[in-house]
Amino acid sequence: MAKEQHAYEEFMKGLWRENPVFVQVLGLCPLLAVTNSAINGLAMGLASFFVLLGSSILVSLLKSYIPKQVRISCFIIIIATFVTVVDYSLAAAMPVIHKELGAFIPLIVCNCLILGRMEAFASRNTLRMSIADAFGMGAGFLFALVALGGVREILGVGELFGISLFGPNFEPWVIMILPPGGFITLGVMLLYFNWVEEKKNKLDKQLAAEAGVN
Amino acid sequence: MSEDKIEQVAGAEEPSPARLIGTLAIAGLLSGVIIIAIYLVTFETIKENKARELRESVFRVIPDVTKMQKLLLKEGKLVVSYEEEKGEEPIYAGYDESGKFMGYAIPSDGPGFADTISVLYGYRPADRKVIGMWILASRETPGLGDKIYKDAKFVADFDDLAIEPPIVATKKGKKKPNEIDAITGATISSVAVVRIINKGNDYWVSKLPEPGSEPVYIEVTPPPSEAGEAKAQ
Repeated sequence: MAKEQHAYEEFMKGLWRENPVFVQVLGLCPLLAVTNSAINGLAMGLASFFVLLGSSILVSLLKSYIPKQVRISCFIIIIATFVTVVDYSLAAAMPVIHKELGAFIPLIVCNCLILGRMEAFASRNTLRMSIADAFGMGAGFLFALVALGGVREILGVGELFGISLFGPNFEPWVIMILPPGGFITLGVMLLYFNWVEEKKNKLDKQLAAEAGVN
Repeated sequence: MSEDKIEQVAGAEEPSPARLIGTLAIAGLLSGVIIIAIYLVTFETIKENKARELRESVFRVIPDVTKMQKLLLKEGKLVVSYEEEKGEEPIYAGYDESGKFMGYAIPSDGPGFADTISVLYGYRPADRKVIGMWILASRETPGLGDKIYKDAKFVADFDDLAIEPPIVATKKGKKKPNEIDAITGATISSVAVVRIINKGNDYWVSKLPEPGSEPVYIEVTPPPSEAGEAKAQ
Protein backbone atom coordinates (compact mmCIF):
# COMPACT_ATOMS: atom_id res chain seq x y z
CA MET A 1 0.00 0.00 0.00
CA ALA A 2 2.77 2.34 0.96
CA LYS A 3 4.40 1.56 -2.34
CA GLU A 4 1.21 2.42 -4.23
CA GLN A 5 1.24 5.81 -2.57
CA HIS A 6 4.83 6.32 -3.56
CA ALA A 7 4.22 5.62 -7.25
CA TYR A 8 1.24 7.93 -7.21
CA GLU A 9 3.43 10.62 -5.63
CA GLU A 10 6.00 10.22 -8.41
CA PHE A 11 3.27 10.61 -11.00
CA MET A 12 1.80 13.76 -9.45
CA LYS A 13 5.26 15.19 -9.00
CA GLY A 14 5.82 15.22 -12.75
CA LEU A 15 2.32 16.29 -13.67
CA TRP A 16 2.11 19.26 -11.35
CA ARG A 17 4.48 19.86 -8.44
CA GLU A 18 7.67 19.55 -10.50
CA ASN A 19 6.09 20.06 -13.90
CA PRO A 20 8.94 19.79 -16.44
CA VAL A 21 7.96 23.00 -18.19
CA PHE A 22 6.33 25.26 -15.64
CA VAL A 23 8.56 24.41 -12.69
CA GLN A 24 11.77 22.88 -14.07
CA VAL A 25 11.65 24.95 -17.28
CA LEU A 26 13.01 22.10 -19.43
CA GLY A 27 12.38 21.12 -23.04
CA LEU A 28 11.55 24.64 -24.16
CA CYS A 29 12.78 24.34 -27.75
CA PRO A 30 10.04 21.97 -28.95
CA LEU A 31 7.61 23.64 -26.59
CA LEU A 32 7.95 27.07 -28.14
CA ALA A 33 8.39 25.82 -31.69
CA VAL A 34 5.36 23.60 -32.20
CA THR A 35 2.68 25.05 -29.95
CA ASN A 36 1.05 27.35 -32.48
CA SER A 37 -2.00 25.10 -32.32
CA ALA A 38 -3.44 22.74 -29.75
CA ILE A 39 -3.37 19.74 -32.09
CA ASN A 40 0.34 20.22 -32.81
CA GLY A 41 0.99 20.47 -29.08
CA LEU A 42 -0.99 17.29 -28.51
CA ALA A 43 0.89 15.36 -31.22
CA MET A 44 4.28 16.56 -30.00
CA GLY A 45 3.30 15.82 -26.39
CA LEU A 46 2.20 12.29 -27.24
CA ALA A 47 5.36 11.63 -29.26
CA SER A 48 7.57 12.84 -26.39
CA PHE A 49 5.46 10.88 -23.91
CA PHE A 50 5.98 7.66 -25.84
CA VAL A 51 9.73 8.22 -26.18
CA LEU A 52 10.09 9.10 -22.50
CA LEU A 53 8.09 6.09 -21.33
CA GLY A 54 9.83 3.62 -23.64
CA SER A 55 13.30 4.91 -22.82
CA SER A 56 12.59 4.95 -19.08
CA ILE A 57 11.47 1.33 -19.12
CA LEU A 58 14.49 0.20 -21.10
CA VAL A 59 17.03 2.24 -19.14
CA SER A 60 15.58 1.08 -15.85
CA LEU A 61 15.71 -2.56 -16.94
CA LEU A 62 19.24 -2.32 -18.32
CA LYS A 63 20.75 -0.03 -15.68
CA SER A 64 22.84 -2.75 -14.06
CA TYR A 65 24.29 -3.87 -17.43
CA ILE A 66 25.34 -0.44 -18.64
CA PRO A 67 28.79 0.63 -17.38
CA LYS A 68 28.60 4.16 -16.06
CA GLN A 69 31.38 5.39 -18.37
CA VAL A 70 29.23 4.85 -21.45
CA ARG A 71 25.82 5.40 -19.89
CA ILE A 72 25.07 8.72 -21.62
CA SER A 73 25.91 7.27 -25.05
CA CYS A 74 23.69 4.30 -24.32
CA PHE A 75 20.82 6.52 -23.18
CA ILE A 76 21.11 8.56 -26.35
CA ILE A 77 21.12 5.42 -28.51
CA ILE A 78 18.01 4.17 -26.73
CA ILE A 79 16.24 7.52 -27.00
CA ALA A 80 17.22 7.97 -30.65
CA THR A 81 15.86 4.53 -31.50
CA PHE A 82 12.50 5.33 -29.96
CA VAL A 83 12.42 8.69 -31.70
CA THR A 84 13.07 7.06 -35.08
CA VAL A 85 10.26 4.60 -34.41
CA VAL A 86 7.91 7.49 -33.59
CA ASP A 87 9.09 9.47 -36.63
CA TYR A 88 8.38 6.67 -39.13
CA SER A 89 5.14 5.62 -37.43
CA LEU A 90 3.81 9.18 -37.53
CA ALA A 91 4.80 9.58 -41.18
CA ALA A 92 2.90 6.41 -42.00
CA ALA A 93 -0.14 6.91 -39.78
CA MET A 94 -0.63 10.70 -39.67
CA PRO A 95 1.20 12.31 -42.61
CA VAL A 96 -0.50 15.69 -42.14
CA ILE A 97 0.62 16.05 -38.52
CA HIS A 98 4.06 14.71 -39.40
CA LYS A 99 4.44 17.38 -42.07
CA GLU A 100 3.28 20.08 -39.68
CA LEU A 101 5.75 19.11 -36.94
CA GLY A 102 8.54 18.77 -39.48
CA ALA A 103 12.05 18.66 -38.06
CA PHE A 104 10.88 18.78 -34.45
CA ILE A 105 10.07 15.08 -34.25
CA PRO A 106 13.70 13.98 -34.88
CA LEU A 107 14.77 16.74 -32.50
CA ILE A 108 13.03 14.97 -29.60
CA VAL A 109 16.37 13.14 -29.34
CA CYS A 110 17.94 16.22 -27.83
CA ASN A 111 15.06 17.19 -25.59
CA CYS A 112 16.92 17.70 -22.32
CA LEU A 113 13.85 16.64 -20.37
CA ILE A 114 14.11 13.07 -21.65
CA LEU A 115 17.86 12.62 -21.21
CA GLY A 116 17.53 14.36 -17.85
CA ARG A 117 14.95 11.84 -16.59
CA MET A 118 17.14 8.93 -17.77
CA GLU A 119 20.18 10.25 -15.91
CA ALA A 120 18.40 11.57 -12.83
CA PHE A 121 15.72 8.96 -12.35
CA ALA A 122 15.37 5.88 -14.56
CA SER A 123 19.02 4.85 -14.22
CA ARG A 124 18.76 4.87 -10.41
CA ASN A 125 15.28 3.59 -9.65
CA THR A 126 13.20 0.45 -9.99
CA LEU A 127 11.19 -0.26 -13.10
CA ARG A 128 7.96 0.50 -11.29
CA MET A 129 9.08 3.91 -10.06
CA SER A 130 10.61 4.75 -13.43
CA ILE A 131 7.33 4.03 -15.17
CA ALA A 132 5.48 6.21 -12.66
CA ASP A 133 8.03 8.98 -13.14
CA ALA A 134 7.86 8.74 -16.94
CA PHE A 135 4.07 8.81 -16.85
CA GLY A 136 4.12 11.87 -14.62
CA MET A 137 6.78 13.81 -16.50
CA GLY A 138 5.34 12.81 -19.89
CA ALA A 139 1.85 13.84 -18.84
CA GLY A 140 3.20 17.08 -17.38
CA PHE A 141 4.99 17.90 -20.64
CA LEU A 142 1.90 16.96 -22.65
CA PHE A 143 -0.25 19.14 -20.42
CA ALA A 144 2.10 22.10 -20.86
CA LEU A 145 2.21 21.69 -24.66
CA VAL A 146 -1.55 21.43 -25.02
CA ALA A 147 -2.15 24.33 -22.60
CA LEU A 148 0.28 26.58 -24.43
CA GLY A 149 -0.95 25.47 -27.87
CA GLY A 150 -4.57 25.92 -26.79
CA VAL A 151 -4.10 29.45 -25.47
CA ARG A 152 -2.11 30.52 -28.53
CA GLU A 153 -4.60 28.99 -30.95
CA ILE A 154 -7.61 30.54 -29.19
CA LEU A 155 -6.08 34.03 -29.17
CA GLY A 156 -4.18 33.82 -32.44
CA VAL A 157 -6.73 32.13 -34.69
CA GLY A 158 -9.95 32.13 -32.67
CA GLU A 159 -10.15 28.34 -32.83
CA LEU A 160 -9.47 25.38 -30.57
CA PHE A 161 -8.50 22.05 -32.17
CA GLY A 162 -9.58 23.64 -35.46
CA ILE A 163 -13.11 24.43 -34.21
CA SER A 164 -14.04 28.07 -34.59
CA LEU A 165 -15.01 29.61 -31.26
CA PHE A 166 -15.95 33.21 -31.84
CA GLY A 167 -17.52 33.36 -35.29
CA PRO A 168 -16.32 35.28 -38.32
CA ASN A 169 -16.19 38.72 -36.65
CA PHE A 170 -13.28 37.77 -34.39
CA GLU A 171 -10.10 39.61 -35.31
CA PRO A 172 -7.31 37.13 -34.52
CA TRP A 173 -4.38 38.32 -32.50
CA VAL A 174 -1.85 37.06 -35.02
CA ILE A 175 1.20 37.67 -32.84
CA MET A 176 0.09 34.84 -30.55
CA ILE A 177 0.82 32.18 -33.17
CA LEU A 178 4.11 33.82 -34.15
CA PRO A 179 7.25 33.10 -32.09
CA PRO A 180 6.82 36.14 -29.79
CA GLY A 181 3.39 34.84 -28.79
CA GLY A 182 5.02 31.66 -27.55
CA PHE A 183 7.38 33.56 -25.29
CA ILE A 184 4.62 35.84 -24.00
CA THR A 185 2.26 32.96 -23.21
CA LEU A 186 5.00 30.91 -21.57
CA GLY A 187 6.08 33.95 -19.54
CA VAL A 188 2.57 34.54 -18.23
CA MET A 189 2.18 30.86 -17.35
CA LEU A 190 5.52 30.78 -15.50
CA LEU A 191 4.46 33.91 -13.65
CA TYR A 192 1.28 32.16 -12.52
CA PHE A 193 3.13 29.04 -11.36
CA ASN A 194 5.66 31.09 -9.43
CA TRP A 195 2.88 33.13 -7.86
CA VAL A 196 1.11 29.95 -6.74
CA GLU A 197 4.39 28.61 -5.36
CA GLU A 198 5.08 31.81 -3.43
CA LYS A 199 1.56 31.88 -2.01
CA LYS A 200 1.88 28.27 -0.94
CA ASN A 201 5.21 28.95 0.79
CA LYS A 202 3.71 31.91 2.64
CA LEU A 203 0.78 29.80 3.74
CA ASP A 204 3.10 27.02 4.89
CA LYS A 205 5.16 29.50 6.90
CA GLN A 206 2.04 30.99 8.40
CA LEU A 207 0.75 27.56 9.37
CA ALA A 208 4.10 26.64 10.87
CA ALA A 209 4.17 29.86 12.85
CA GLU A 210 0.66 29.28 14.14
CA ALA A 211 1.54 25.73 15.07
CA GLY A 212 4.55 27.08 16.93
CA VAL A 213 2.43 29.55 18.90
CA ASN A 214 0.01 26.83 19.88
CA MET B 1 17.91 5.00 -1.65
CA SER B 2 19.24 6.43 -4.84
CA GLU B 3 22.38 7.71 -3.12
CA ASP B 4 23.26 4.21 -1.96
CA LYS B 5 23.08 3.11 -5.54
CA ILE B 6 25.50 5.75 -6.75
CA GLU B 7 28.05 4.75 -4.12
CA GLN B 8 27.68 1.18 -5.17
CA VAL B 9 28.30 1.98 -8.79
CA ALA B 10 31.22 4.25 -8.00
CA GLY B 11 32.79 1.58 -5.79
CA ALA B 12 32.50 -1.08 -8.45
CA GLU B 13 35.54 -2.30 -10.28
CA GLU B 14 36.54 -0.36 -13.41
CA PRO B 15 35.10 -2.20 -16.39
CA SER B 16 37.56 -3.24 -19.08
CA PRO B 17 37.67 -1.28 -22.35
CA ALA B 18 36.43 -4.39 -24.13
CA ARG B 19 33.33 -4.37 -21.96
CA LEU B 20 32.68 -0.68 -22.74
CA ILE B 21 33.14 -1.18 -26.46
CA GLY B 22 31.04 -4.33 -26.32
CA THR B 23 28.17 -2.56 -24.57
CA LEU B 24 28.09 0.25 -27.10
CA ALA B 25 28.43 -2.16 -30.02
CA ILE B 26 25.49 -4.22 -28.81
CA ALA B 27 23.43 -1.09 -28.18
CA GLY B 28 24.22 0.20 -31.66
CA LEU B 29 23.49 -3.14 -33.28
CA LEU B 30 20.12 -3.55 -31.57
CA SER B 31 19.23 0.02 -32.37
CA GLY B 32 20.14 -0.51 -36.02
CA VAL B 33 18.05 -3.65 -36.28
CA ILE B 34 15.02 -1.90 -34.75
CA ILE B 35 15.36 1.16 -36.98
CA ILE B 36 15.67 -0.94 -40.13
CA ALA B 37 12.68 -3.01 -39.04
CA ILE B 38 10.45 0.03 -38.52
CA TYR B 39 11.68 1.50 -41.80
CA LEU B 40 10.72 -1.63 -43.69
CA VAL B 41 7.36 -1.89 -41.95
CA THR B 42 6.33 1.71 -42.67
CA PHE B 43 8.03 2.13 -46.07
CA GLU B 44 5.06 1.08 -48.24
CA THR B 45 2.56 3.18 -46.29
CA ILE B 46 4.74 6.28 -46.39
CA LYS B 47 5.26 5.84 -50.13
CA GLU B 48 1.52 5.44 -50.66
CA ASN B 49 0.82 8.52 -48.55
CA LYS B 50 3.19 10.56 -50.68
CA ALA B 51 1.72 9.24 -53.94
CA ARG B 52 -1.81 9.93 -52.72
CA GLU B 53 -0.89 13.45 -51.65
CA LEU B 54 0.63 14.13 -55.06
CA ARG B 55 -2.38 12.69 -56.88
CA GLU B 56 -4.78 14.79 -54.81
CA SER B 57 -2.71 17.91 -55.52
CA VAL B 58 -2.73 17.21 -59.27
CA PHE B 59 -6.50 16.64 -59.24
CA ARG B 60 -6.88 19.91 -57.35
CA VAL B 61 -5.01 22.09 -59.87
CA ILE B 62 -6.53 20.64 -63.05
CA PRO B 63 -10.35 20.64 -62.94
CA ASP B 64 -12.39 17.56 -63.95
CA VAL B 65 -9.43 15.22 -63.95
CA THR B 66 -9.67 11.61 -62.84
CA LYS B 67 -6.43 10.12 -64.15
CA MET B 68 -2.87 11.29 -64.23
CA GLN B 69 0.53 10.19 -65.39
CA LYS B 70 4.02 11.36 -64.75
CA LEU B 71 5.99 12.83 -67.63
CA LEU B 72 9.71 13.38 -67.94
CA LEU B 73 11.62 15.48 -70.39
CA LYS B 74 14.03 13.28 -72.28
CA GLU B 75 16.05 14.65 -75.19
CA GLY B 76 13.53 17.45 -75.64
CA LYS B 77 10.53 15.14 -75.66
CA LEU B 78 7.98 14.44 -72.97
CA VAL B 79 7.80 10.75 -72.20
CA VAL B 80 5.65 8.83 -69.75
CA SER B 81 7.56 7.59 -66.73
CA TYR B 82 6.69 5.12 -64.01
CA GLU B 83 10.05 4.72 -62.42
CA GLU B 84 11.36 6.75 -59.54
CA GLU B 85 14.06 8.79 -61.19
CA LYS B 86 16.12 11.12 -59.10
CA GLY B 87 17.34 14.47 -60.34
CA GLU B 88 14.80 14.74 -63.14
CA GLU B 89 12.10 17.38 -62.89
CA PRO B 90 8.84 15.64 -63.69
CA ILE B 91 5.53 17.22 -64.66
CA TYR B 92 2.16 15.53 -64.59
CA ALA B 93 -0.53 15.24 -67.21
CA GLY B 94 -4.17 15.01 -66.20
CA TYR B 95 -6.91 13.24 -68.16
CA ASP B 96 -10.67 12.96 -67.72
CA GLU B 97 -12.65 9.72 -67.47
CA SER B 98 -12.58 9.12 -71.25
CA GLY B 99 -8.83 9.68 -71.38
CA LYS B 100 -9.01 13.15 -72.90
CA PHE B 101 -6.05 15.38 -72.06
CA MET B 102 -7.09 18.19 -69.73
CA GLY B 103 -3.87 19.93 -68.75
CA TYR B 104 -0.46 19.74 -67.16
CA ALA B 105 0.33 20.03 -63.47
CA ILE B 106 3.72 21.71 -63.18
CA PRO B 107 5.73 21.80 -59.96
CA SER B 108 7.94 24.82 -59.41
CA ASP B 109 9.61 26.36 -56.41
CA GLY B 110 11.48 29.43 -55.29
CA PRO B 111 12.18 31.63 -52.30
CA GLY B 112 9.23 32.99 -50.34
CA PHE B 113 9.24 35.26 -47.31
CA ALA B 114 10.42 32.63 -44.83
CA ASP B 115 11.67 29.65 -46.80
CA THR B 116 11.32 27.93 -50.15
CA ILE B 117 7.74 27.73 -51.40
CA SER B 118 6.85 24.69 -53.52
CA VAL B 119 3.97 25.29 -55.86
CA LEU B 120 2.05 22.92 -58.11
CA TYR B 121 -0.03 24.65 -60.74
CA GLY B 122 -2.29 23.56 -63.56
CA TYR B 123 -1.58 24.71 -67.10
CA ARG B 124 -3.81 24.26 -70.13
CA PRO B 125 -1.80 24.66 -73.34
CA ALA B 126 -4.88 24.95 -75.60
CA ASP B 127 -5.63 28.50 -74.44
CA ARG B 128 -2.30 29.13 -72.67
CA LYS B 129 -3.81 29.60 -69.23
CA VAL B 130 -3.01 28.74 -65.66
CA ILE B 131 -6.03 26.83 -64.38
CA GLY B 132 -5.27 26.17 -60.74
CA MET B 133 -2.64 26.58 -58.04
CA TRP B 134 -1.80 24.63 -54.93
CA ILE B 135 0.99 25.14 -52.40
CA LEU B 136 2.82 21.85 -51.78
CA ALA B 137 5.12 23.12 -49.05
CA SER B 138 5.85 26.47 -47.42
CA ARG B 139 6.93 27.94 -44.13
CA GLU B 140 5.32 31.34 -44.55
CA THR B 141 4.29 33.32 -41.46
CA PRO B 142 1.19 31.81 -39.87
CA GLY B 143 -1.72 34.21 -40.06
CA LEU B 144 -0.18 36.35 -42.81
CA GLY B 145 1.93 34.61 -45.45
CA ASP B 146 0.06 31.34 -45.08
CA LYS B 147 -2.93 33.04 -46.68
CA ILE B 148 -1.34 32.06 -50.02
CA TYR B 149 -3.06 28.72 -49.46
CA LYS B 150 -5.61 29.51 -46.75
CA ASP B 151 -7.22 32.46 -48.54
CA ALA B 152 -9.73 30.85 -50.92
CA LYS B 153 -10.07 34.05 -52.97
CA PHE B 154 -6.33 34.28 -53.63
CA VAL B 155 -6.15 30.62 -54.65
CA ALA B 156 -9.22 31.09 -56.90
CA ASP B 157 -7.47 33.96 -58.71
CA PHE B 158 -5.27 31.32 -60.34
CA ASP B 159 -8.19 29.32 -61.75
CA ASP B 160 -8.29 31.26 -65.01
CA LEU B 161 -5.18 33.28 -65.62
CA ALA B 162 -3.46 34.24 -68.84
CA ILE B 163 0.30 33.74 -68.86
CA GLU B 164 1.21 36.26 -71.55
CA PRO B 165 2.45 38.80 -70.71
CA PRO B 166 3.85 37.22 -67.51
CA ILE B 167 1.54 37.11 -64.50
CA VAL B 168 1.55 40.19 -62.27
CA ALA B 169 0.43 40.56 -58.66
CA THR B 170 -1.28 43.91 -58.22
CA LYS B 171 -2.53 45.78 -55.17
CA LYS B 172 -4.92 48.03 -57.06
CA GLY B 173 -7.53 45.43 -58.00
CA LYS B 174 -6.97 43.11 -60.95
CA LYS B 175 -8.18 44.31 -64.31
CA LYS B 176 -6.24 42.41 -66.95
CA PRO B 177 -6.45 38.64 -67.56
CA ASN B 178 -2.84 38.20 -66.43
CA GLU B 179 -3.29 39.92 -63.05
CA ILE B 180 -4.06 38.58 -59.59
CA ASP B 181 -4.81 40.48 -56.38
CA ALA B 182 -1.93 40.40 -53.91
CA ILE B 183 -2.94 39.61 -50.33
CA THR B 184 -2.88 42.62 -48.02
CA GLY B 185 -0.18 42.02 -45.41
CA ALA B 186 1.38 39.23 -47.43
CA THR B 187 2.58 41.02 -50.53
CA ILE B 188 5.97 39.34 -50.52
CA SER B 189 4.46 35.86 -50.33
CA SER B 190 1.89 36.71 -53.04
CA VAL B 191 4.54 38.08 -55.36
CA ALA B 192 6.71 35.04 -54.63
CA VAL B 193 3.95 32.67 -55.76
CA VAL B 194 3.53 34.64 -58.98
CA ARG B 195 7.29 34.67 -59.58
CA ILE B 196 7.49 30.93 -58.99
CA ILE B 197 4.72 30.27 -61.52
CA ASN B 198 6.32 32.58 -64.07
CA LYS B 199 9.60 30.75 -63.54
CA GLY B 200 7.84 27.43 -64.17
CA ASN B 201 6.26 28.82 -67.33
CA ASP B 202 9.58 30.19 -68.58
CA TYR B 203 11.11 26.78 -68.23
CA TRP B 204 8.28 24.53 -69.38
CA VAL B 205 5.98 26.27 -71.85
CA SER B 206 8.46 26.29 -74.72
CA LYS B 207 9.33 22.63 -74.09
CA LEU B 208 5.75 21.33 -74.13
CA PRO B 209 4.50 19.68 -77.32
CA GLU B 210 2.05 21.50 -79.62
CA PRO B 211 -1.50 21.57 -78.26
CA GLY B 212 -3.28 18.49 -79.53
CA SER B 213 -0.17 16.33 -79.62
CA GLU B 214 0.09 15.74 -75.88
CA PRO B 215 1.14 12.29 -74.70
CA VAL B 216 -1.92 10.06 -74.58
CA TYR B 217 -2.97 8.32 -71.40
CA ILE B 218 -1.58 4.83 -71.37
CA GLU B 219 -3.55 2.26 -69.43
CA VAL B 220 -0.72 0.24 -68.04
CA THR B 221 -0.23 -2.97 -66.25
CA PRO B 222 1.95 -1.24 -63.73
CA PRO B 223 4.96 -2.80 -62.06
CA PRO B 224 4.04 -4.50 -58.75
CA SER B 225 4.98 -1.52 -56.59
CA GLU B 226 2.47 0.70 -58.40
CA ALA B 227 -0.36 -1.82 -58.23
CA GLY B 228 -2.05 -0.18 -55.24
CA GLU B 229 -1.95 3.22 -56.87
CA ALA B 230 -3.52 2.00 -60.09
CA LYS B 231 -6.33 0.32 -58.18
CA ALA B 232 -7.08 3.51 -56.32
CA GLN B 233 -7.47 5.30 -59.63
